[in-house]
Amino acid sequence: MVTLTINGTRHALDVDPDMPLLWAVRDVLGLTGTKFGCGVALCGACTVLMDGFPARSCQTPVQFAEGAEITTIEGLDGPVAEAVRDAWVGLDVPQCGYCQSGQVLAATALLTDTPKPTDADIDAALSGNICRCATYHRIRAAVHQAADQLEA
Amino acid sequence: MLPKILQTLAPQPSRRQFLLGAIATGAGFAVGFHALGGGGAARAQDGAAGPNPFAAYVRIGADDRVTVLSAHFEMGQGTYNGIATLVAEELDADWAQIDVEGASGNTALYGNLAWGGFIQGTGGSTAMASSFDRYRRAGAAARAMLVAAAAEAWDVPAGEITVEAGVLRHPSGRSARFGDLAEAAAARPVPADVTLKDRSEWRLIGNAELPRYDSPPKVTGRQDFTIDVTLPGMLTAVMIHPPRFGATLAGFDKADALAVPGMVDVVATPRGVAVVGEHMWAALKGRDRVQVTWDESAAETRSTPELFAEYRALARQPAQAVTRDDGDVSAGFARAATVHEAVFEVPYLAHAALEPLNAVARMNADGTLEVWGGHQIPDLYQAAAAQIAGIPAERVRLHVMKAGGSFGRRAVGDADVVVEAVAIAKALDWRAPVKVQWTREDDTRAGRFRPMYVHRLRAGLDAQGRPVAWHNTIVGQSIMAGTPFEQAIGGLGFDPTSVEGAQNLPYAIPNLRVDLTTTQIGVPVLWWRAVGSTHTAFAVEAFIDELAEAAGRDPVDYRLDLLAGHPRHAAVLRRAAEAAGWGEPLPEGRYRGISLAESFSSYVAQVAEISLDAGGRITVDRVVCAVDCGTAVNPDQIRAQMEGGIGFGLGAVLRSEITLTDGYVDQDNFHTYEVLRIEEMPRVEVHIIDSAAPPTGVGEPGVPPIAAAVANAIYRATGQRLYSLPLARHGMV
Repeated sequence: MVTLTINGTRHALDVDPDMPLLWAVRDVLGLTGTKFGCGVALCGACTVLMDGFPARSCQTPVQFAEGAEITTIEGLDGPVAEAVRDAWVGLDVPQCGYCQSGQVLAATALLTDTPKPTDADIDAALSGNICRCATYHRIRAAVHQAADQLEA
Repeated sequence: MLPKILQTLAPQPSRRQFLLGAIATGAGFAVGFHALGGGGAARAQDGAAGPNPFAAYVRIGADDRVTVLSAHFEMGQGTYNGIATLVAEELDADWAQIDVEGASGNTALYGNLAWGGFIQGTGGSTAMASSFDRYRRAGAAARAMLVAAAAEAWDVPAGEITVEAGVLRHPSGRSARFGDLAEAAAARPVPADVTLKDRSEWRLIGNAELPRYDSPPKVTGRQDFTIDVTLPGMLTAVMIHPPRFGATLAGFDKADALAVPGMVDVVATPRGVAVVGEHMWAALKGRDRVQVTWDESAAETRSTPELFAEYRALARQPAQAVTRDDGDVSAGFARAATVHEAVFEVPYLAHAALEPLNAVARMNADGTLEVWGGHQIPDLYQAAAAQIAGIPAERVRLHVMKAGGSFGRRAVGDADVVVEAVAIAKALDWRAPVKVQWTREDDTRAGRFRPMYVHRLRAGLDAQGRPVAWHNTIVGQSIMAGTPFEQAIGGLGFDPTSVEGAQNLPYAIPNLRVDLTTTQIGVPVLWWRAVGSTHTAFAVEAFIDELAEAAGRDPVDYRLDLLAGHPRHAAVLRRAAEAAGWGEPLPEGRYRGISLAESFSSYVAQVAEISLDAGGRITVDRVVCAVDCGTAVNPDQIRAQMEGGIGFGLGAVLRSEITLTDGYVDQDNFHTYEVLRIEEMPRVEVHIIDSAAPPTGVGEPGVPPIAAAVANAIYRATGQRLYSLPLARHGMV
């Protein structure tokens, strides 16, 4: 039995302790906003926050996620997340949208840590999040817009 | 993704039957022709009542939600948004009440009109051309029926009723929302004719401020894709595909795999072995323990260097098919003052959509089969699912899900992943719904690649440097051969997707030949966002730049001199050049290149601005893009598609390639098949040409120019011409 704290709720799961957090979240708990893209921590689609830091859930066995506060896209809230979402929607960042749960989580973590990021900060923080629609141009603009909104 | 040639085909019922018959053949099972689509509603003709819009194209609920039923598939390109714009414009709906669902199962209603209407599908950047009249008319007819219903209910003349933002009003003070009248409206006669708004009356079409209706669920995780389909009792399957293309299954041992907790079964399908578990993790663990033996006697075993050597040799021999022959090329070369030659090479490319391929199949107790998926060519997939299941096509219901990207990968003649899902569910005696989910490795290695090509280009210039002869020989695989689409181009004698972009070269060159040698390689290929123009535009636009240099001319002026009679090409070229400050000095270490391509009847020019570091590595800093796609339905989505097309194309320019060693694909995931990441995305500026011409597509046309724009900038930076992609091969990234 593995106990996970996800979006503030504790869940006792009777699963293989090696099961990646990604599949526990999606297939066992039904939180499908976290996406599968590569399975080996190369694309960022499966990003969740663990104690506020972006983590790749596809490479995080559930046994190593015990004790952490895990936030998925469904549970992401607070002023920074709202500013990010406002900017993402305001600039119509998503195209297919498949990577955007991960992008929004990673951007929220960046702005929580670095309230006024430069382009270089953004590139460094989001380099691990692939968008095959290449919405990167708008992602950069949206991060800056969210930062401005939070500062105002 | 489907080629332009299909756009010109006249509707012919027999062609449709050929297509549907051929899908069955192509997938390796019994041939059967099916008349699909139960509705049988006729296409709307001018002056004749079309289908009831409330049954076909727009559903209005008592809750006042307006749901547009889209004939075209959404993979991120904004097609749902564009079609919703057309309906909402004529319906005078409130944009906030709009939603969109994918429709299927009735070719008469949803056939792609840009392909003649004989099959439903999305590709070739045709969705807007197919939809512009159909969906505006549907919106206008629905509006007229709502007004008629209100007029009857209120006992007032219809002409006194106004409609605005989803509300009908009469000067007497009466008003109603769409939802109040939808049921009565749907029962009204369909108007024989409707008057569409004049463009001066548009408030949504062409409105650059109109937000995309579907952004909010994509930032909260609420947007569902095929991977998110969850059904009671559903099992999850992963595939073991042949290790080399053309290998066939000899046998497998599943005993070890079945010991994994949560494993259900291991079954054979026409496309490989399926490992079925209660959830993804069980199936993945089980897959590691299945022992499969393959018969590789017929497998493709060649390696990439060997294939390129063959292609290069073929490019120097007479080609199989002359596809364009203007003037007298031999005579043109004979009188040329100088002759220039270059050979260009491009590799196989994977689409690598971020959502790996998947589909879900469920057989219901009533004998109907439901299939959820990114159904880009629904009619083919319905036929394929029916064939595998052994049931009439009318009993197959497709759920067209939004896809996490496609770039052409979900438009396949053999219905690959749909076949897998249905075959697995059938092998399990239909006892449970099944989702088949490819991994990234499956998605990278199992093929359907943009073909590798070699182009040999020769040009003769007169003493003034003007081209008097041009000969472009193209060598590569056919995308359409061996697919249902081959029969649609039967009379042509060659695959137009191999030569598009070279075939329609706009430059005035009196003696011009394009020819093609089609190779037979056991690697499955497919259209990849912008199809032929992904390679032809690189070759011809890099070569024309080389000719301009040889002539001592500015690359923009040289092109413009050759574009008489092609005002739309010339206009985008001028616009991009002006906006980029062409001819103005750049900071030290910065260089520009320009390129131009028409694809799918849209015209795009791009200026790439690059910098070069001391180590010879380049960075693409800025791209200025001008596009003419006729009437701009959603200007901000046109911008988005240009930005995305540039980024998608740039990934392939910089890093992406699929290579083979002894027939095995060398790449498997994003560390070996590298794609563009944010730090390599340039700033992009998009300029849209103001136009009242009919709308054309934007999903693909942003891609073709970028390769040559970058290559031409690299020449300015280094003095070296770039003849093969990606740049990673040359140590330049």
